[in-house]
Amino acid sequence: MSEVVISARSVSKRFGSGTHAVHALDDVSVDIFQNEFFTMLGPSGCGKTTLLRLIGGFEQATAGEIALEGQVLNDLPPFKRPINTVFQSYALFPHLTVRQNITFGLEMQNISRPDAAKRADEMLELVRLSQFGDRQPSQLSGGQQQRIALARALAPAPKVLLLDEPLSALDLKLRKEMQIELKRLQTETGITFVFVTHDQEEALAMSDRIAVMKAGKILQIGTPRDIYETPTHRFVADFIGDSNFLQGDIKQNGSHAVLTLPGGQNVSLANVDTGTRLSQTATIGIRPERLMLHPAGTSDSALRGKIADVVYFGTDTTYHIAIDDQTALLARVQNRDGSTMAYAKGNDVDISLPAGAIRVLVD
Amino acid sequence: MKIDRANPLWRFHGITPMAIFFFAYLYLPIIVLLVLSFNENRLATIWTGFSTKWYSVVLGNDDMLRSAKNSLIIALSSTIIATIAATLAAMGMARGRFRGEGGVAAMLTLPLLVPEIVTAIATLLFFIVIGVKLGLLSIIIAHTVFCIPFAYLPIRARLDGMDPALIEAANDLYANEWQAFKRITFPLLWPGILSGAMLSFIISLDDFVISYFVGGAGSTTLPIYIFGMIRIGITPEVNAISALMLIISIVFVSISFLIDRVRY
Amino acid sequence: MEIFTRHKRFWLVAPAVIYIGFFMGLPLVQMAYVSILERGANGGVNWGSFSFDSYISFIFERDLMDNLMVNTDYLQIFLRSFGLSALTTVLALILGFPTAFYIAMQPQKRRNMFIFLVTIPFWTNILVRNYAWMLLLRNGGLIDHFLASVGIQTGGLDILYTPYAVSIGLTYTYLPFMVLPIYASLEKLDHRLIEAAFDLGANKRKAMTRIILPLATPGIVAGAILVFIPCLGAYVTPELLGGGKFMMISNLIGSQFGAARNWPFGSALGFVLLAMVLLAMLVYSLKFKKLPEDAS
Repeated sequence: MSEVVISARSVSKRFGSGTHAVHALDDVSVDIFQNEFFTMLGPSGCGKTTLLRLIGGFEQATAGEIALEGQVLNDLPPFKRPINTVFQSYALFPHLTVRQNITFGLEMQNISRPDAAKRADEMLELVRLSQFGDRQPSQLSGGQQQRIALARALAPAPKVLLLDEPLSALDLKLRKEMQIELKRLQTETGITFVFVTHDQEEALAMSDRIAVMKAGKILQIGTPRDIYETPTHRFVADFIGDSNFLQGDIKQNGSHAVLTLPGGQNVSLANVDTGTRLSQTATIGIRPERLMLHPAGTSDSALRGKIADVVYFGTDTTYHIAIDDQTALLARVQNRDGSTMAYAKGNDVDISLPAGAIRVLVD
Repeated sequence: MKIDRANPLWRFHGITPMAIFFFAYLYLPIIVLLVLSFNENRLATIWTGFSTKWYSVVLGNDDMLRSAKNSLIIALSSTIIATIAATLAAMGMARGRFRGEGGVAAMLTLPLLVPEIVTAIATLLFFIVIGVKLGLLSIIIAHTVFCIPFAYLPIRARLDGMDPALIEAANDLYANEWQAFKRITFPLLWPGILSGAMLSFIISLDDFVISYFVGGAGSTTLPIYIFGMIRIGITPEVNAISALMLIISIVFVSISFLIDRVRY
Repeated sequence: MEIFTRHKRFWLVAPAVIYIGFFMGLPLVQMAYVSILERGANGGVNWGSFSFDSYISFIFERDLMDNLMVNTDYLQIFLRSFGLSALTTVLALILGFPTAFYIAMQPQKRRNMFIFLVTIPFWTNILVRNYAWMLLLRNGGLIDHFLASVGIQTGGLDILYTPYAVSIGLTYTYLPFMVLPIYASLEKLDHRLIEAAFDLGANKRKAMTRIILPLATPGIVAGAILVFIPCLGAYVTPELLGGGKFMMISNLIGSQFGAARNWPFGSALGFVLLAMVLLAMLVYSLKFKKLPEDAS
């Protein structure tokens, strides 16, 4: 990747003090690169918005440093940082027109009126709302307000654009459109986008890289593919997409490791990186669409289970499979040729787990 | 509650007649007063024909005009001082906690809690002791005290209704604190400030009890003048001047109400 | 981020707080102090000579032999004030609750207009409001005329300058304070709760007494306090509609600074009135302030 734009070093943020203190961020370090669409993903209260606000200058870090292109930002107020924000509520100034909203940041930087006006036109064109310049924000729809908030934040050509759950107020269809729009804007402007969301699909669809956060810490940073296919933590695998978790003891069995389930069945971990987890209780994860089902007795190295439930979803069918008293699996099979369902409730079934799809997870 | 009133389920016995009686009770005296102020008869309560002559009589009365002028001076001065203090206080109090916040809030609403007569005599004693001459100045000082909460409340309500992200957005777009206040907070706040100022103005203009006690010779306000006239008896002049007071108050409240409804 | 830092907040709040503290807080403290001073020979006070005479003379008076005798004159004025305030509160509730309910059932737009109509009289001059009632109530006044013309009553109505006139005037003056808080609690009420009551077999009376009234209780309590307390301190209404014959606490206090020239006694009465008001507010805020949240 190219150079680092934003770099957070051991950043902590505590709200309140004493017994009421809340640790919103706990020793977080991350580098965000030039031209990157970087997403911070996590449930509410995970610290993602706090980290964004620290970068924006709206909060001060309790410990650690945040730097922009190598220059430490900690003591700069928001109005001295070449970073702009798209707020969750949009925060369009209600008493100013759309155009005045867009030129606000330019005027504050003492850019001449004609230049600011020209820039506003460019921005309006960029977000495809050229004819709306003289409206009041209240006369715009939610999606239009969203675009104006983007235009306003992009107008001063910031080094980094921060986006705080900007799509959360839009309905599903509009949200999908805006996802594409945001991605287009990011590519066209070449500005680094730092995006905060709790919506995993949104994160997967738009991001170059994703940081998954939980309880004030970053658990994993990687491309959407990394995050989805090779999650490191149980939380990550669970939060992004659906996952099966199998818990058991890892033992060496001849040439390779196996996971022994509570019911006694073994899952082969040949060619799976078990790290240092040998002879320990561990959790492995596997996506439902990676499981392969076979009629009972046709596959030796597979797990044996019983179909507990079948749910038809149109494009695919989901099988709930009981392995033993404490273990159940979810398998998703695509409905390719409209054939009748291969397995019915109560059938015994063999399930094989491809080595490449198994991940040993940190709990 | 959000209900369909056409639905008989929501018809409760006696509610509508009681509400009608309520509004009749509330407005009958006001309407009667307004109507009688245009009565040409000397006997103030028997209608004999339309006339505006009592208004001319009242408006040609020098004593009345002098007291009206006093009232205006007092109301304007206390409104200006109170509104400035209240605006600053509202901005200090809006959002974010600080130690002693509860005490400050109690202090700001204290003038609304203390019975008027207690305020009046306590202030009177205080002025006598510290040597403030009883007159226009003493009334202005006393009025400002109770005008502050009336100005404070609508301004505070405005500020509380404002999205805090707006100020952050201004800061984010390179406006420093002062620029953000000038360009964003103040323009959004002014309807609240104006509304609060108008409420202070009427409250001061209408005050009787406190002016009556802390005023002195030469500082007769309009309400004190009216009180003196009512004491003497019911006359068409009192009708006319009372109607005038009534109209001024209603006009001011209505304007204040309309301004406060300004939303962007 | 806060709009202003803590340090700046202090300076923003300071002018208003210092102003009120100096011109209202200090005077109140001084009033309490004056109430325990000795009355001066020709009005005024003897600074530095303490005496509890003011509080004693509330119930007792000294006869010529300097013996303390019970004197109920002042007590009667207090009792009358309490009685009239209680009556006013009840009347205001009887009129105010149905009105608040009526307004709460209106469409959103009309509600605001009604609420505005309820508040308008509050902003008009209190002398004018009471004067209007003098026009209506006096002998030969409008109500008298009307009753005579329909033959119900002949001769004078004889109601002006009686406690009845005072309570009519007081109710009129403080009525809006009852409607507004009740409206506020009714407005928030979820109409589906009432529908649920109907669904579960409650008739309208039961829905009213078992669902609506209990849920409106915080508003009713707030309204009662907002009517009762200022009523207790009413000055103008007893003066005008009672013709000065039916004094309430405020008139008694006022007279100590006029003809009677007994500042310590006036201050003592003022202090007692203030204490009652603040105590009522304290009890209210401790006991009821949290109710609306608990109920929701």
